[in-house]
Amino acid sequence: MEIQKSFLGYKRENGRVGTRNHVIILPVDDISNACAEAVANNIKGTIALPHSYGRLQFGADLELHFRTMIGTAKNPNVAAAIIIGIEPKWTKRIVDEVAKTGKPVEGFSIEGAGDIETIMKASKKAQEFSIWASEKQREECPASDLWISVKCGESDTTSGLASNPTVGNLMDKLEPLGVHLCFGETSELTGAENVCAKRGKTKEAQDKFIKTWSDYNDFILKEATDDLSESQPTAGNIAGGLTTIEEKAFGNFQKIGSRQFVDVLTPAEEPTKGPGLYFMDTSSAAAECVTLQAAGGFNIHLFPTGQGNIIGNPIEPVIKLTANPLTAVKMKEHIDVDVSKILSREMNLDQAGDELIKATMRVANGRFTCAEALGHREFVMTKLYRSA
Amino acid sequence: MASTDIIIHDKKDNVGVVVIEKVAPNQTCNCWIMEGDGSATVEAKNEVPLGHKLALTDLNEGDTIIKYGHDIGKVVKPIKKGEHVHVHNVKTKKW
Repeated sequence: MEIQKSFLGYKRENGRVGTRNHVIILPVDDISNACAEAVANNIKGTIALPHSYGRLQFGADLELHFRTMIGTAKNPNVAAAIIIGIEPKWTKRIVDEVAKTGKPVEGFSIEGAGDIETIMKASKKAQEFSIWASEKQREECPASDLWISVKCGESDTTSGLASNPTVGNLMDKLEPLGVHLCFGETSELTGAENVCAKRGKTKEAQDKFIKTWSDYNDFILKEATDDLSESQPTAGNIAGGLTTIEEKAFGNFQKIGSRQFVDVLTPAEEPTKGPGLYFMDTSSAAAECVTLQAAGGFNIHLFPTGQGNIIGNPIEPVIKLTANPLTAVKMKEHIDVDVSKILSREMNLDQAGDELIKATMRVANGRFTCAEALGHREFVMTKLYRSA
Repeated sequence: MASTDIIIHDKKDNVGVVVIEKVAPNQTCNCWIMEGDGSATVEAKNEVPLGHKLALTDLNEGDTIIKYGHDIGKVVKPIKKGEHVHVHNVKTKKW
């Protein structure tokens, strides 16, 4: 198949391209959710991104909070952003960083004004942004403007045999076009960590991967439990036939095809070493992982599932594919691409990869994903440790 | 081409994955070996549902399960060729 080399996207002020054109109302902290949601209710064409954290965090955990907030608002799928926090200082820190992209952004703080006055002021600005963004038009952009993140969930053995290798096939075909790619899920590479490390393009990237994985594994051994058998694999995984974390890891690993990774990113870090594949240190919980990847600047997501994960993200469209023929029928409203014919040998990986590329381009052009049509907007912050 | 009941990822694998709704005891199953596009057959001893694994050889306690050509865990209870392989007879080597 001739690979489509361009798509219709929104060109942003800083040269990046969006597949979506959201105006977001972003609360800095948990107690500003009510205000942000009220503004989004008032003004059509805006969405609020409520979440649970942002108070009394410190150190690396606070830095990750800021990186996620700033990265989310900077993402090219966001046309303009309203930032609302309880205090002016942290709100301003986010606004100042987002403003560097050149996109419209304005901050509001609630302390000393109260919700109602803040809602009024922020709504006026949000209305201005929404009307401005509504005039933006899609323009033809090269495939290299796609930043594709991947993560699988509710995996079963069909994921490792077919849907994950389909994503790998897409990566093998699109990387030569200059696309940015990202995989994560540090915990779910356990068992395949040494094989994965060897995919680092440089010694530096390999060492960085092993350090990242070891830090995670040390944390598991020290903090949590000596056995993750209740959560890795999950009950859903086990029902689907996955027996051990090693089996899950080698299945998971099929998503990167035969690619090598350029660098290892910290959670929510934006890649800076040019096109190619990146590994991001993330949790394997679906919503946390995709939230971090979106904050890293990725503008479209591929999500293979076996038993039927239903996740979406407020700003990054999540395309779901499955090779499980039962899931494809029973959970049809969640599945964008059905590749179950691979299992009956009626479709090969090459054909499945082409189907996925076609679907990815259509979604990049604006076609709603199943998750978007169903209103899935999971925005979940990763927390490194308890607050002060 | 006979329809595929079981997929074996790698030639070295000692387990295969059921890709039809289920296989029944004594059923002769058609296997597709993805690596090299080969074929084989194996007789199922248990009912094994979609997505679950079946042993391609007799396995003893302490043996290693190979899938994708890699070590995915250890046998903790003897398994006969054609039997269901899962959490009741295989455990992780991690943690």
